[in-house]
Amino acid sequence: MSDWLSKIMGKQSSAHEAKERLKLVLIHDRMDINPDTMEKLKDDLLKAISRHIQIDPGSVTITIMHEGREQRLVADIPLKRHERKTAG
Amino acid sequence: MAARTITITSGKGGVGKTTATANLAVALASLGQKVVCIDSDIGLRNLDVILGLENRIVYDLVDVIEGRCRLRQAMIRDKRFEELHLIPAAQTRDKNAVSPSDMIKLVDELRDEVDWIIIDSPAGIERGFRNAIAPADEVVVVTNPDVSAVRDADRIIGIIEAEQKGPAKLIINRINPQMIQRGDMMDANDVLDLLAVKLIGIVPEDEHVIVSTNIGKPVALEEKSKAGQAFRNIARRLMGDDIPMMDLEFKEDILHRISRVFKAGGS
Repeated sequence: MSDWLSKIMGKQSSAHEAKERLKLVLIHDRMDINPDTMEKLKDDLLKAISRHIQIDPGSVTITIMHEGREQRLVADIPLKRHERKTAG
Repeated sequence: MAARTITITSGKGGVGKTTATANLAVALASLGQKVVCIDSDIGLRNLDVILGLENRIVYDLVDVIEGRCRLRQAMIRDKRFEELHLIPAAQTRDKNAVSPSDMIKLVDELRDEVDWIIIDSPAGIERGFRNAIAPADEVVVVTNPDVSAVRDADRIIGIIEAEQKGPAKLIINRINPQMIQRGDMMDANDVLDLLAVKLIGIVPEDEHVIVSTNIGKPVALEEKSKAGQAFRNIARRLMGDDIPMMDLEFKEDILHRISRVFKAGGS
């Protein structure tokens, strides 16, 4: 089957499949932190932050992001809306 | 004179490290550079046969390190270039005969004598690889456009960064333009997207490479070989020249193209 015909019929090229599989494998390979450590880190972070400001633990996301060869820990921690004490 | 020390490595075996080492060494020598290449694959010596120098070996790397000969005595002069030398690996010892600090000491001794020191690393991520990268100023990773070679390259690039020898530079070897056109091989951009490092060369698959290893004459010396041209280009890029990447697009002749269109229409 020629290239364009395979494309029309929705058959992916094997090169494409190789790249997609590798993307996932490499993300996994590059991860230096195991899931268990990650959970502990998350708990400690939430405890520390909760001591100072009110947060909703359920809406917190902490993940490892990949950018080129760089990995970074990204935390999205929405603050709880709290009633402002108004004077008088 | 302070030599630049480049280690050629890959993670996976059989992707063309030794071929790349031999060809870059020869190509740099043909540009008038003083070059020493070191085979650090102790127990699996190969750079000597690729360079066609296997009959000249008297002393090897381990002999130098263990003090059985002087450094000069283990440097085999190339047949073609007076300023190209090889320090062969020991064949009857193992990787534990050498330590990273031995390699650093040996390379430091050579630095004032030549322009380039090129170290051929063994495959893997163990002692032999650590020995090979210890003295490196720069590390070049060779890979092929297949899943296992790219995966191992990624792993080794990570280790090179962790050892503060990065950023690694990449050579993609054995590219088959016809397979890329069919959609059955990742192209250089696919591999670069995945590995996210600096590319210094793409080398096409080329039968001349086998022929040249048969006769011990690196393919960079074959004017007509595309792979040879690719290695000559990489050598010039290492020298700082701005050479565009080779055009590896598969060029189908008109008759084949017509027949392909007809076949596609009929199926």
